[in-house]
Amino acid sequence: MINLNQVCSKLDAKILLGEDQLDREVISACGADLMSDVLTFTKRKTLLLTGLTNIQVVRTAELSDLCAIVFVRGKLPGKDIIEAAKANDIPLLVTCYTLFEACGRLYEMGIKGCPHKVFADE
Amino acid sequence: MSDTKKMKVTYEVAPGDFERAGEASSGIKRLLQRIGIPAEVIRRIAIGTYEAEMNVIIHAGGGIVTAEISPDSTVIIVSDKGPGIADIELAKQEGWSTAPDYVRQMGFGAGMGLPNMIKCSDKLDIVSVVNQGTQITMLFYHVDKESK
Ligand SMILES: Nc1ncnc2c1ncn2[C@@H]1O[C@H](COP(=O)(O)OP(=O)(O)OP(=O)(O)O)[C@@H](O)[C@H]1O
Ligand SMILES: [Mg+2]
Repeated sequence: MINLNQVCSKLDAKILLGEDQLDREVISACGADLMSDVLTFTKRKTLLLTGLTNIQVVRTAELSDLCAIVFVRGKLPGKDIIEAAKANDIPLLVTCYTLFEACGRLYEMGIKGCPHKVFADE
Repeated sequence: MSDTKKMKVTYEVAPGDFERAGEASSGIKRLLQRIGIPAEVIRRIAIGTYEAEMNVIIHAGGGIVTAEISPDSTVIIVSDKGPGIADIELAKQEGWSTAPDYVRQMGFGAGMGLPNMIKCSDKLDIVSVVNQGTQITMLFYHVDKESK
């Protein structure tokens, strides 16, 4: 089992929120800047890696029951975003790796994509 | 089922207010959690409602979100007095979008909302009249589809 704490070390990430939630299990992950795709394709408990830092990212994570959010490229969200995540119990991490690199590092650990594949005519 | 067991909540959705976009969906989600509906079902309702709520903010200049919650199902009605949808079949297709660029920069506008509402709900109805508005009705049975 891989938890948030291990994800955090692998990404040299800083914890912005949810220090007490680092034992949360990470089953699968999704790297996206398109919340439309996150809302359509992810399953519950998926870890989201994204380059966006707006309020919609937190809303999407809240409404889709995601595991946590990792902001890539060292991009820090504003205070209001952190407050919204706090109110919804969503851990926030920030890593200096790019989206591709961060996803690759997690894949290396054995975390799989959610979804694995999408078929156009599904 | 008796009518007394039904619950109805209504939210007004303000036009262009992206900071608060999703508040109606979030409120409905919390209410369903208190009632004790399965998490997988709540997730489908929350996502379907959020897609419709975002559409009303992006495309229609605000509107009304109503949830009618019964013991075995929830009906979400999202209505607006916006421009309407001229070709509903086209709008339902994955990838069709008229969203402006600033919406894309926020992570929306991929033309996935209506297809996702269809996927999440058990039944979806769209009534839309050009220059008068749009009403979307989604029915969700309180049955966990994943554990079946
Ligand atoms: N309430 C509405 N009023 C007017 N037009 C609408 C409304 N809802 C949807 N539409 C039209 O239908 C199109 C498709 O909607 P859909 O939700 O599938 O995609 P989107 O909103 O453009 O992008 P996404 O949902 O991925 O963010 C929209 O681009 C818009 O032209
Ligand atoms: Mg939409």
